[in-house]
Amino acid sequence: MNIDSINNGIVIDHITAGNGMKLYELLKLGDLDCSVAIIKNVTSHKMGRKDIIKIDADIPVNLDVIGFVDPGATINIIRDGVLVEKRAIEMPERLVGVIKCKNPRCITSCEQEIEHIFKLTDREHKVYRCIYCETKAN
Amino acid sequence: MKSLIDILDMTTGELDELIAVAEDIIANPEKYAEACHGLKLASLFFEPSTRTRMSFEAAMYELGGNVISVTGAGTSSAAKGESVADTAKTVSCYTDIIAIRHPKEGAAYVTAQNATIPVINAGDGGHCHPTQTLADLLTIWREKGRLTNLTIGVCGDLKFGRTVHSLINAMSRYEGNRFVLISPEELKVPSYVKKDVLQQKGIPYVQTTDLESVMPELDILYMTRVQRERFFNEEDYLRLKDSYILTTDKLKTAKPDLSILHPLPRVNEISVAVDDDPRACYFKQVLNGKYMRMALILKLLREAGKIR
Repeated sequence: MNIDSINNGIVIDHITAGNGMKLYELLKLGDLDCSVAIIKNVTSHKMGRKDIIKIDADIPVNLDVIGFVDPGATINIIRDGVLVEKRAIEMPERLVGVIKCKNPRCITSCEQEIEHIFKLTDREHKVYRCIYCETKAN
Repeated sequence: MKSLIDILDMTTGELDELIAVAEDIIANPEKYAEACHGLKLASLFFEPSTRTRMSFEAAMYELGGNVISVTGAGTSSAAKGESVADTAKTVSCYTDIIAIRHPKEGAAYVTAQNATIPVINAGDGGHCHPTQTLADLLTIWREKGRLTNLTIGVCGDLKFGRTVHSLINAMSRYEGNRFVLISPEELKVPSYVKKDVLQQKGIPYVQTTDLESVMPELDILYMTRVQRERFFNEEDYLRLKDSYILTTDKLKTAKPDLSILHPLPRVNEISVAVDDDPRACYFKQVLNGKYMRMALILKLLREAGKIR
């Protein structure tokens, strides 16, 4: 399967197979006007299978979202067809306005203007909890 | 601005300091009779409460201060759709310290984020109830003379029981304590308490559905009510509400120096006959709650620069 290489843009590589669509949605890539490719289940020596996202524009990407969904992913910045930068991904300590708390008893469920914020409580198991009610993020 | 939202907002050093001040208030009440003269407590109770609200209000009056109350969302601007954040900003203009109870989890945190005065969480849904824990700690301290090396049984609704979560958080910071978690399968302690508190700190605990089998091990038995207001489904409540009823008969195998605590209100999970047992501490716990709330109000107002 051939996907054109990009001249100026971003490649999110080494995404755990199956996480590509989740990243696409949380990064709101569907709202972009440029070409975006999600390549699923690509054969990988290191990972067995992986997903890749190619974005044909040099747009700011919310690294916190990637760090939350898949801290093992890598970001490659492409300019004039050349890889100019690799960005490291880390799990963010706080995740602001990315996901919503699903606890119907949480204050965020009834007060719309409150920003949904999650904090990293267990790095080893990648556990984020709502700062208001401590419910675990799914 | 120092507030108390979660019992973990206080270090063990600060908890020890509150216990010491509470003991001093008990010994020398006259010394504190005018400590908060001219200051006002906003008592915002958007969920029913008897004990906690009266305890806060009595605490402020006994410190020589005054109280402005809101009871029930229906009688405040919350009924008009005012946000918790706006309520916090408004109340900050009239008073010096806020005690808030709200049915939604995290409401007290939002209040503290928006208020310009200290905020005390008087219970936010099924989440936290730190001042109940202060009452529990003073009671354990006064009954046992220590907060360490105790086997603490918590029994009943451990899922929605906010007092249980706060107590486990607090007592797991003291050395040598061990927990026995007694509940029906459906009302077990949430995973965030087990994983983030007990397992992460390596605190020994066992889970069981059988109160009688563990009774002889316990130094503290903390009974809780199955709370109707936490259930979305009435059928579940009716099925689980009488899971544990403590009777004098069940206490026969308990240690002679067991301390029985309960955050109250009691429905039928402790037989009235148990009240006459010298091991029953739950009414002392109510009184201890007032002294700890006095100590807390003093600490927060002092740190906010409102009193010396």
